[in-house]
Amino acid sequence: MEIIIGGILLGGTYALIAMGLQLQYGVARIMNLANGEILVAGSFAALWLFTGAHLSPVLSLVIVAPIAFVGNWLIYQYFLLPLVKRSKNQGQLEVDSILSTFGISFIFVGVMHAIFGGEYFNYEYLEIPFQVFEEPFALNRIIAFAGAAIAGACLYFWLNQTRSGLKLRAVSVSPDAANLVAINVNRASAMAFALGGAVTAGGGALISMFVTFDASIGVLFTMKALIIVILGGVKEIRGSIVAAFILGLAETAVASLIDPGLTLASAFLLFILILLFRPQGLFGRQTS
Amino acid sequence: MFRRTILSTAAAGLVAGALAFQPVQAADTIKIGASAPKTGPLAGGAATTQWPNIKLWVHDVNSRGGLKLKDGQKKIELIEYDDRTTPGEAIKNIQRLATQDKVDFILAPFGTGFTIATAPIFNKLGYPQLAVSAITDKIPALTKRYDNIFFMLGSTTTFTNSVVDILKKMKDDGKIGKRVAMVNVADAFGIELANAARPVFKKAGFEIVYDKSYPLGSQDLSPVIKGAKASNPDAFVAWSYPPDTFALTAQAKINDLNVKAFYTAVATAYPAFKGKFKADAEGILGAGGIDPDTPALKEYFKRHKEVTGKDADYWASAVTYASFQILEQAIEAVGTLDRKAVTEYIKKNEFKTVIGPVKYDNQNSARYWTVGQWQGNKFYGVSSRGRPGAKAIIEKPAWNK
Repeated sequence: MEIIIGGILLGGTYALIAMGLQLQYGVARIMNLANGEILVAGSFAALWLFTGAHLSPVLSLVIVAPIAFVGNWLIYQYFLLPLVKRSKNQGQLEVDSILSTFGISFIFVGVMHAIFGGEYFNYEYLEIPFQVFEEPFALNRIIAFAGAAIAGACLYFWLNQTRSGLKLRAVSVSPDAANLVAINVNRASAMAFALGGAVTAGGGALISMFVTFDASIGVLFTMKALIIVILGGVKEIRGSIVAAFILGLAETAVASLIDPGLTLASAFLLFILILLFRPQGLFGRQTS
Repeated sequence: MFRRTILSTAAAGLVAGALAFQPVQAADTIKIGASAPKTGPLAGGAATTQWPNIKLWVHDVNSRGGLKLKDGQKKIELIEYDDRTTPGEAIKNIQRLATQDKVDFILAPFGTGFTIATAPIFNKLGYPQLAVSAITDKIPALTKRYDNIFFMLGSTTTFTNSVVDILKKMKDDGKIGKRVAMVNVADAFGIELANAARPVFKKAGFEIVYDKSYPLGSQDLSPVIKGAKASNPDAFVAWSYPPDTFALTAQAKINDLNVKAFYTAVATAYPAFKGKFKADAEGILGAGGIDPDTPALKEYFKRHKEVTGKDADYWASAVTYASFQILEQAIEAVGTLDRKAVTEYIKKNEFKTVIGPVKYDNQNSARYWTVGQWQGNKFYGVSSRGRPGAKAIIEKPAWNK
């Protein structure tokens, strides 16, 4: 029981890390290597609002998410759209976007370093035990899990039940065909990229409640997000969410039952197994 | 247009800074180079311990007019590079500082791995390397091979032994039982310390009831603490790095892991640790410690805050500053920028520093603090080699709820 709850809570954290990248990669076709930095930027924003204005990290989402949305929209319009227009095929766009966002990640690290300095940051917010089935778990992790659950449910509902979500899914399946049925592909992609950035930064704000971070830690989150998105199948938000929870459960189970030192190994083993037996990801469809 | 103007102004400024000023200043300044992480996994530690002290030292020396040499007083011109926590980059930086920037002296890099990785290049180029943030059992081998390297924080063995000694004393006084839960970060530092500690714990009559490692950068350490708690220990020891020091302590509090002796390694001595855990930090043991109540250190802490805007940590900060003082005093005593003479002077003489007198014995300073403990608002040294003023150890109270 302890393992299951612990795993689900960790899965919630992982979902927050990965959902944004899924939108950016799955729909906007941008393999965003600055994903982790955007997350850390969200963490810094929450820290700043909490220490400066005593604003709860949960409430700070109201400020962080819209700013991240606009910021990512601008990044897409000015830095990435030219690449999209130039590239003749998916492969070229992937290479270009990896290089470009890799560069953007350095800019983010530099800017955060200049503003906040290079030390470790953390703060204390709701770090109190909360009993779940008579086992104590940190309340801030449970809140982050709730945030992940709400964000995941909203995204899933929106993508699958609304017209604007349908457009995004259409672009995700085939940008060219979507264009033919009068969907503004660039607009939909910008929307997906900006939304992904907002989810990631919001996730960063929630995660900042219980991790110790510094200006250059983003790459760790990017790596985790990449694994989860590929595990889940690139085109499906559902896949990323499920993969996040599977990874969380697997790591917690291995840490509790075998050895905490093997959590990374278990994550990569899972990754290799999926790549070997379901290269399209858990929920990915076979491409012809 | 506006953006272009800024860019070109900035570029012009950079070029001017790089080219125009140097030849003019070269005659009356001493060039000091520094390479340490500003980004990457060790950046947080360097931003707490290394960079602020470099800033403070340069400020202190320059505000009193510079270093006194035979041909007049010279101010310090600092050239700093980010090694991105990559050994290859660190080596390149040292090379570049020596050959391209032609600096007169280079401040030692940050971290054990980086000290060892850059030792050959320091030696080859003939610069003294006054290492501080480096703990290794290879000190005798390194000082034998390189006649220009100096150490100040002790070896892995003394580091672990003093932790065991403290716990043994608590056990002998009947304050704790013999069950120890030990965890370590799965990285060279943590593995080396855990390996060194295992036999010493057994020899001291302890039983290691939980002994696990966790990967660097783990996002969730609650299984580790839950496992440690289930083993019902009397003492908890973690050979940990900063992010996990914070995470393990937070989880121990959540899971109500109450032991009378609770030790976490790096970052326990950081002001941020007290900032986060406040009253709950009371009684927690950690790596380092100093005697912060000596007049010299009180004054140092005050100046550190004034000049850098940050609080110094209670371990390597003051020692780092002391290493710069040694370099400063040696250069002034020699009176020229002769690196060989300065190195020889450092080997043979005793120096007055903020941490008290320092004298290298076979290029290793044998007076240092090993374990500290939060008592009230300060992290006091409770175990040392050759330094007076160790405080008595207190039992860790239960977590505040």
